[in-house]
Amino acid sequence: MSPAITLAAGEASEHRPLIITLFAVFVAATLVITVWAGRQTKSAADFYAGGRQFTAFQNGLAVSGDYMSAASFLGIAGAIALFGYDGFLYSIGFLVAWLVALLLVAEPLRNSGRYTMGDVLAYRMRQRPVRTAAGTSTIVVSIFYLLAQMAGAGVLVSLLLGITSDGGKVGIVALVGVLMIVYVTIGGMKGTTWVQMVKAVLLIVGALLLTFLVMLKFNFNISDLLGKAADNSGKGTPFLEPGLKYGATSTTKLDFISLGMALVLGTAGLPHILIRFYTVPTAKTARKSVNWAIGLIGGFYLMTLALGFGAAALIKPEEIVASNKAGNTAAPLLALHLGGVDSNWGAILLASISAVAFATILAVVAGLTLASSSSFAHDIYANVIKKGQATEKQEVSAARYATIAIGAISIGLGALARDLNVAGLVALAFAVAASANLPTILYSLFWKRFTTQGALWSIYGGLVTAVGLVLFSPVVSGKPTSMFPDVDFHWFALENPGIISIPVGFLLGWLGTILSKEEPDTGKYAELEVRSLTGTGAH
Amino acid sequence: MATDAPPPSKAGSPLPSTEEFVEVQEGAEFGELRRSYRSFAFPLTIAFIAWYLLYVLLSNYAGDFMGTKLFGNINVALVLGLGQFLTTFLIAWWYSRHAAAKLDPKAEAIKSRMEGDV
Repeated sequence: MSPAITLAAGEASEHRPLIITLFAVFVAATLVITVWAGRQTKSAADFYAGGRQFTAFQNGLAVSGDYMSAASFLGIAGAIALFGYDGFLYSIGFLVAWLVALLLVAEPLRNSGRYTMGDVLAYRMRQRPVRTAAGTSTIVVSIFYLLAQMAGAGVLVSLLLGITSDGGKVGIVALVGVLMIVYVTIGGMKGTTWVQMVKAVLLIVGALLLTFLVMLKFNFNISDLLGKAADNSGKGTPFLEPGLKYGATSTTKLDFISLGMALVLGTAGLPHILIRFYTVPTAKTARKSVNWAIGLIGGFYLMTLALGFGAAALIKPEEIVASNKAGNTAAPLLALHLGGVDSNWGAILLASISAVAFATILAVVAGLTLASSSSFAHDIYANVIKKGQATEKQEVSAARYATIAIGAISIGLGALARDLNVAGLVALAFAVAASANLPTILYSLFWKRFTTQGALWSIYGGLVTAVGLVLFSPVVSGKPTSMFPDVDFHWFALENPGIISIPVGFLLGWLGTILSKEEPDTGKYAELEVRSLTGTGAH
Repeated sequence: MATDAPPPSKAGSPLPSTEEFVEVQEGAEFGELRRSYRSFAFPLTIAFIAWYLLYVLLSNYAGDFMGTKLFGNINVALVLGLGQFLTTFLIAWWYSRHAAAKLDPKAEAIKSRMEGDV
């Protein structure tokens, strides 16, 4: 063990009681909120959509809380700390993507759907096949995303608490899983929304505090901060230019284009984000909540610049890498250094930022679990298995059972995957969302001729292409950083499938439609179109 | 044409009939709302995606240009990156203003007439 690792582990275990106390306070507070929300959750609309009475600001906060995962807080700060400018490229794609949601998806979806993404996709199609497809892709996207968060939680929390044993890591994955089951089964959408709001406030306050402290060190001179970061990183000026992470070869450059496409087009197809628009009363409120989210998320990503470059400027790169190879602990380490490594302030700051990171993971997994169990209960159980004949009560209890099942599956897979590199899974979730969900949503809303066959081809085609390409990519096998580094069955060179699978999804939706023998249901399209633009008959 | 199960329609007030929806969809008022929405949102979407892709391509293939220092350690790459943030904020604001002024009143008029008819 290198001295730096001993240092990081020592720091962590020294502050363990304080970190655990703050974790416990957060968990206790969110459980109180959950029980309170659970008491108000009576109808299906309460469980799935939180009663649809949240304000634009509340939902904007919750959307931000749902979206800013550990990957974007710890991951982007870490990527900037290690790769400089290339880390920042991520956050730009994550932000610009919101315009697709704002201009094309949020309002029509709010107006024409009820609880799930499948409501809109199946609106004018044959219900059972399209619901099955929509439910499948919702669950696949959410589980990939969930798995990445669970495994990340295991690594991160173990690191912050200095737990290194396998049993300890499995225990943390199980704890996260049990908490998310409790949040969702008891609190439903209302509880989940409040947990996400609390988390968003904590995250933004934490980031503001660290940003302020970093800028104070550099007298609010950004140029000085960047200069010091470039020097301290040992890489000089290239640290401030694109290319350190993605510029190595023509393949990595292509991979970056592919990732960029998946990020920008994926957000508006992420089911756990889409169902948030059902928690507000009208499409106009949905629009305003996206505006709040754009402001909050954009402001937050600007702060990650200060955090990432601040960490690069103030901490030796070896120390960051020693603590976590991918740089995921750069933000907590920065907190420790800003407070003073041997001072109480350092300990308090480290513990607070660690608790914020933990809160971040819990809020995001709760949102993902809710999205997948809602889609199972509403799309697959109620509309496919029960053919639309299930009562509200049956539907909601199916959703609760599904939550427990999905929680159990995630704990199992998360425990198995705890030592695998699952970072690629989030990018994969975005790629599937962009390839399978977004084309189908856009065609459904805006293309009169679109048919059931077109919808099935775009969902399954986009899904299979994206997942298939990743299966045979270096993410899964053939490289030291792969999920299974010891075997090699990869033949697709890129880590992100978007550049192929997104056009394939759009193309198949078009092809399936023009080749289908059935006539589109023009009456239903009239309903959907008028409803989506005017809100007539909206739930 | 056939559907296996009727889509859920348990809204507060009963939905207008399909014939009414078709009639409204074919009417001039709705046509204008659709044109006003699409002619704003579609070109703007293409524009911001193109601008984002341009930025990605510049980052990939125009390293020297992106590395040009403008003042202090601030280079073109950073300014263009922050420019993406700025344009995102501006487009969100611009669309919302358009929607509030041009779309909401038309949508509201159609909705209240249709729901009032029932």
